[in-house]
Amino acid sequence: MSVEAARRPRPKGGGAVRFSGFFWRFPWLRPLLLLTPPLAWFVVVYFASLVLLLVTAFWTTNPFTTQIVQFWNTDNFQRLINEPTYHAIIGRTVLIASLVTITDAVLAFPFAYFMARVASRRIQTLLFAAVLLPLWASYLARVYAWILILNHSGVLNWSMHLVGLPPANIGYTNIAMWIVFSYIWLPFMIIPTYAALERVPESLIEAATDLGARRWQTVRDVVLPLALPGVVAGSIFTFSLTLGDFITPILVGGAGSTLIGNVVYDNVGIANNVPFAAALATVPVAIMAVYLLIAQRLGAFRAL
Amino acid sequence: MKFGAVAALAMLLVAACGSTNPNTGNTLAPPPTANLKPPDKIGAGEGQLNLIAWEGYVDDSWAKAFTQQTGCVVNAKYAGSSDEMTSLMKDGGGGQYDMVSASGDADLRLIYGGDVKPMNEKLIPDYTNFQTYFKTPPYNTINGIHYGISLQWGPNVLLYNTTKFKIAPTSWSAVYDSSNKGIVTAYDYAITIADAALYLSKSQPSLGIKDPYELTKKQFDATVALLTQQRQLIKKYWGLASDEISQFQNGDAYIGAAWPYQTIQLKAAGAPVADTIPSEGATGWGDTWMLATKAPHPNCAYLWTAYVSTPQVQAAQALFFGETPVNTKACAQMDASSPGSCAQYHADAPGSYFDTIKFWKTPVTTCADGSQSCIPYDQWVSAWTAIKG
Repeated sequence: MSVEAARRPRPKGGGAVRFSGFFWRFPWLRPLLLLTPPLAWFVVVYFASLVLLLVTAFWTTNPFTTQIVQFWNTDNFQRLINEPTYHAIIGRTVLIASLVTITDAVLAFPFAYFMARVASRRIQTLLFAAVLLPLWASYLARVYAWILILNHSGVLNWSMHLVGLPPANIGYTNIAMWIVFSYIWLPFMIIPTYAALERVPESLIEAATDLGARRWQTVRDVVLPLALPGVVAGSIFTFSLTLGDFITPILVGGAGSTLIGNVVYDNVGIANNVPFAAALATVPVAIMAVYLLIAQRLGAFRAL
Repeated sequence: MKFGAVAALAMLLVAACGSTNPNTGNTLAPPPTANLKPPDKIGAGEGQLNLIAWEGYVDDSWAKAFTQQTGCVVNAKYAGSSDEMTSLMKDGGGGQYDMVSASGDADLRLIYGGDVKPMNEKLIPDYTNFQTYFKTPPYNTINGIHYGISLQWGPNVLLYNTTKFKIAPTSWSAVYDSSNKGIVTAYDYAITIADAALYLSKSQPSLGIKDPYELTKKQFDATVALLTQQRQLIKKYWGLASDEISQFQNGDAYIGAAWPYQTIQLKAAGAPVADTIPSEGATGWGDTWMLATKAPHPNCAYLWTAYVSTPQVQAAQALFFGETPVNTKACAQMDASSPGSCAQYHADAPGSYFDTIKFWKTPVTTCADGSQSCIPYDQWVSAWTAIKG
């Protein structure tokens, strides 16, 4: 219809008409104009910052005045490779991120399953609100709330004392960090899992039942494989968010809870060694690249 | 496996391109601004003053009166760390900032980076009333040239819980003692290495540590080893004063290095704490108002420095922030608004007191004897990361 309209003879004059004629003659112009702002944003803001990061990583600083010296070298990467401290920190970060991801997946799957396939419409809405509720409060407020629960004179130790158990004393440890991370990123796992579970056709489950599969067998052989891309998509969030975080370790972590993010933060904010921070920041980028590659193999991007 | 090949190639590249960093942090050359002559008198104010300051250093309760008196409108940018101050002051303040309230561990970096320039102390009337030490402290005065005017200072004290420690600890050894496992805390900052070095200078004289900020490789390694051992005793390092306060309130820490500010806050909240300066002495910080090399409003800057050096403002800031004025005349003012505060903050301390305090300064490669064997600050930072693990 619009094609017909465009082909109709045009009255002479009138800027708007001449303008649309211009687009008619050059059909590639309209999508170009539409795409330029987001593309420019992507290339300049998104991509350029990554390139700058990579370039800075090969520079160095004057150790005394801490000014950046544009002297090309690989010292920063050598330090990462040679010093066991950074191996331990990178290993700890990946371990915590993996543990958090597994914990969230285990917690989220039954919850999302109930939400998507069992709960009534009303309960579903209520559960949705409950999942999203923590996101309404500030991240810091939620982490501080956990400090109040986990610290020495906190709610946890107090409750354990009440029922006659010895105090747990897990405040300011890696266990505290694992619990808090798992709590904070849980909604990011539940929602993609829920979306994937909801898309599993009822007919497939009926077919499985018709063919004599028991309930758990149906879940294992039909629902789980179909929902897996959703879980993997959620794991991208939980894994990458944990990988880059530095606030939770500062607040609930103890001595020996340093993650990659903390070292980057210390080097930018305290030591003023931006090149080394940049070198270290390429590590999560590389880890995520590998992770996304695996996720893509598992079909995570079809569920997004 | 394509990815593996690329990664292997990258590793090879990194290993092959070994390099020698041309910068050694040599400080023997005089500061780049040493020859800039400071003015002989203060001219008319420019109407504006842009400051980089610690939070609370430019409070309205005294900054407003300054604007009324001089017509200089004060704009303050608060910085959270010495290093943030150093980076904001890059390129002599960039023609934007006039002054910075830098601590001793940033001063030398600013001076040798050419970011600040000499100041004429004769234009500050209250300078003559300063504690002798703070007229020419080594962190802001080089070869008799003042790169700033001292402002306030404070010691890093040993804070302890009085129900756990009935008798005041007399040595810093308490924070390295394995019998205190799980109840020790420490400041999460590379400069904490100096605290351990100070302790070792007394407990292990064979190491020969004279200045906790000038450590040879051997002394530095011994200090790092002590701190690595200490990590096992620490539940959590503190980064913000409020962190340490809540640790003491919640029973997650009973002893550790602190600022007098934490003691005051905890006591006010009714916590059973006290602080002490142990027999080995203590480290401390001394802050200085420094003038940016490219300061656009130098007259307002001098007017401000003279104003914050007066006894009234010195006392007001000391009580507001919990630190000690450098102007000896401020003592009476402090006691007038908060009885006993002068003695509490050691504002009336005799000169010998300052010998027990080793003020923060930037560790550099050049040792006091001129040799190039001391460990510079960037290695302190990476060592600190390794200590924390």
